[in-house]
Amino acid sequence: MATQHSRSAARLMMAPAVVLLLGWMLVPLTMTLYFSFKKYLPMRGDSLANGLDWVGFANYARFVTSSSFWPSVYATLVIVGGVLVITVILGIFLALLLDQPMWGQGVVRILVIAPFFVMPTVSGLVWKNMFMDPVNGFFAHVWRSVGAEPIEWLSQASLPSLILIVSWQWLPFATLILLTAFQSLDQEQLEAAEMDGARWPQRFVFIVLPHLSRAITVVLLIQTIFLLSIFAEIFVTTQGSFGTKTLTYLIYQRVLESQNVGLGSAGGVYAIILANIVAIFLMRIVGKNLDA
Amino acid sequence: MGQIQLNQVSKSFGSVEVIPPLDLTIEDGEFVVFVGPSGCGKSTLLRLIAGLEDVTEGHVTIDGQDATEVVPAKRGLAMVFQSYALYPHMSVRKNIAFPLRMAGLDKAQQDKSVAQAAEVLNLTDYLDRRPGQLSGGQRQRVAIGRAIVREPAAFLFDEPLSNLDAALRVGMRLEISELHKRLKTTMIYVTHDQVEAMTMADKIVVLQAGVIEQVGSPLELYQRPRNTFVAGFIGSPKMNLIQGPGADKYGAATIGIRPEHIDINEEEGLWHGTVGVSEHLGSDTFFHVQCNASHEPLTVRATGEMALEYGAEVHLTPRTEHLHKFDAKGLRME
Ligand SMILES: Nc1ncnc2c1ncn2[C@@H]1O[C@H](COP(=O)(O)OP(=O)(O)O)[C@@H](O)[C@H]1O
Ligand SMILES: [Mg+2]
Repeated sequence: MATQHSRSAARLMMAPAVVLLLGWMLVPLTMTLYFSFKKYLPMRGDSLANGLDWVGFANYARFVTSSSFWPSVYATLVIVGGVLVITVILGIFLALLLDQPMWGQGVVRILVIAPFFVMPTVSGLVWKNMFMDPVNGFFAHVWRSVGAEPIEWLSQASLPSLILIVSWQWLPFATLILLTAFQSLDQEQLEAAEMDGARWPQRFVFIVLPHLSRAITVVLLIQTIFLLSIFAEIFVTTQGSFGTKTLTYLIYQRVLESQNVGLGSAGGVYAIILANIVAIFLMRIVGKNLDA
Repeated sequence: MGQIQLNQVSKSFGSVEVIPPLDLTIEDGEFVVFVGPSGCGKSTLLRLIAGLEDVTEGHVTIDGQDATEVVPAKRGLAMVFQSYALYPHMSVRKNIAFPLRMAGLDKAQQDKSVAQAAEVLNLTDYLDRRPGQLSGGQRQRVAIGRAIVREPAAFLFDEPLSNLDAALRVGMRLEISELHKRLKTTMIYVTHDQVEAMTMADKIVVLQAGVIEQVGSPLELYQRPRNTFVAGFIGSPKMNLIQGPGADKYGAATIGIRPEHIDINEEEGLWHGTVGVSEHLGSDTFFHVQCNASHEPLTVRATGEMALEYGAEVHLTPRTEHLHKFDAKGLRME
C-alpha cells in the first residue's frame, strides 16, 4: 500500500469491520459502566423505563468490601497460577515426547490434542461424574481397590480438582504451541552444543529453554486471558462453593442470583481493569522477547 | 596431535548404504578437503568422524586411540557447521566462551581465551553483540572462534563458506588457510566446490556416492586423475573428455585434455571445428568449439587478447604429452 490513493481505499474498505468491532465492544462496555453507577435491583421494581437512581461509587465500594471479594481474588489467582504452572511444565515435557520419532505418531498427536475440542461444560461434567464422584467415580474405585477411603474431590480438595480439570483442557494448547517451537529449533545448534561438551540437562537449559522462551510467553499470555474468565467448569461442578468462587463467578452471582445488576456491573469493571493490567504486563514481556 | 584414521568405516541409514566400507588416514597437521558432488556423503563422513553419527561398521581412531564409541565432546574435535549453529540468545562473547564454560573453566581463564580468539579473528569490537546483529562473514568468524578456544586436536568444517557471497568467500578462504598455517592443527574441510578444494588443501579426498575416488595433493589430482570422474571434477573449466573415434586413435576408450592444453589457430591443426560462445575473462579467453573429434563442444583456453567471431572456422591441436587416456571402465591407462 504505497500510494495515497491505495491507502485511503484500504481505509474505506476496512471501515465497516472496524465500526462493527467498535460497536461490538463499546455498547456492552458503556452499558456496564452505566449500570455500575446506578442502583438497579430488578426484583425490587427498578427498571430502565422508570429511570434508575444514581449512586456514585457505592457499588464499587460495596463490591470490594464484601466478605466474598478477597476470597474470590485468591481463588482466581490460585486457579490461574496453578493451571499455568501445570500446563507449561507438562506441556514442555509432552512436547519433548511428541517430538521423538515413534510408532503411530500422527494418532498420538491427535489424541493429545483431543481434550481441547471438548466443551468446558462437558468436560466439567465428565470429570465430576465419571472421575471425581465419591461413590461411582473412577478415582473412588481406585482408592477403594487399595483399601483407602475415597476422597470427596470437589468438596475436600475443591481448588486442586478444578485446577486439574482446567489443566486437562488447556494442556493440549500449551503442548501444541511448544511442540511447534521445538520443531523450529535448529538441530545443528544442539549438535554444536553437544560437541562443545554440553550434556543433556545443559543443552536443555542453555539451548532449548531460551529457544522456547518466546513460545512459553505466548502460552502464558493467551492462557491467562482465557483462564481469568473460566466459568462453565465451576458452574457445573461446585457452583462456587468450597472456596472456588472466582471473580467471574462472583460477578455472575451478584447479577443473577442476587439480582443486583449495579453491583455486578461494578465487579465487571474491576475485572476489565484486572484483565488489562495482566495484558499490558504480558504484552511488554512478549514485546521485549520479540525484539531480541 | 591430531591424527585420524578410518578403518573399514561404513554407514547405512536403514537399508541404504550411504558410505560403503572405506579406509582413510589423516596425518597430524594436515589440511584435508573432502570434495564431491552434493549428496555423495561428505557431511555424513565428517559427522562419523565427529561422533554425531554412529558408524555402522568399522573403527575411528584418533591419535592412536579407538574413538568409535567415544561421545563427540570427548573426541577433542571442534566442528564449524554450514549454518554456523551459533546460539542466538547469547552474545558473541558467551558463544565463544560456551565450550570453556561447559568444561568448567573459571571466568578469568574464559575471558583470556575469548579475548585471544577475538583478537585473532578481528571480533574484539563485536563481543557484546548478538549473532543476529552480525554479518555473514562475522558469524562465520564467531563459529570459528568457538572452535579455536577449545584448542582441539582437529577442526572439522562442513561447507563453512557456502552461505557467503562470492567476494567474502574468497576472503574467508584465505583467512582459514592462514589460520591453518598459524595453528598447524589438523583441519578437515568439506566442500562441493573444487576451487576451494584446490586452493586450500594439502590433501584432497574426492568422493562419489560414498566411495573414495582418489586421494592426493591438488597437483597430483590435477595432473594425474585416476579416473574420468576425478578428471571431470577437478579443474575449472572442466577437462574435455572425448569418446568415440577421437579417442580410438589413441587406443583409449576416453581421452581427456584440459582447455589449456589445446592449441587453437585458424590455419591448420589435428581437429577442425566452429567457434561457439567465447568467454573473455581478460587474462584468458575460453572458446567453446564444436569440433569433428567430439560430440560435445570442447573448451579451449587462449590468451586474453585472442578474439574469434561466433561461427569462425578453427583448427585445434591437443598437446599429446598432456593427454590423459582412460580405458572402458574409466580408469587411467599407463
Ligand atoms: N539422517 C539421515 N537419514 C537418511 N539418509 C540420510 C541421512 N543423512 C544423510 N542421508 C543421505 O545420505 C546421503 C549423503 O548425505 P550427505 O552426507 O549430507 O551428503 P553431502 O554432504 O555430500 O551433500 C544423501 O543421499 C542423504 O540423503
Ligand atoms: Mg553436506
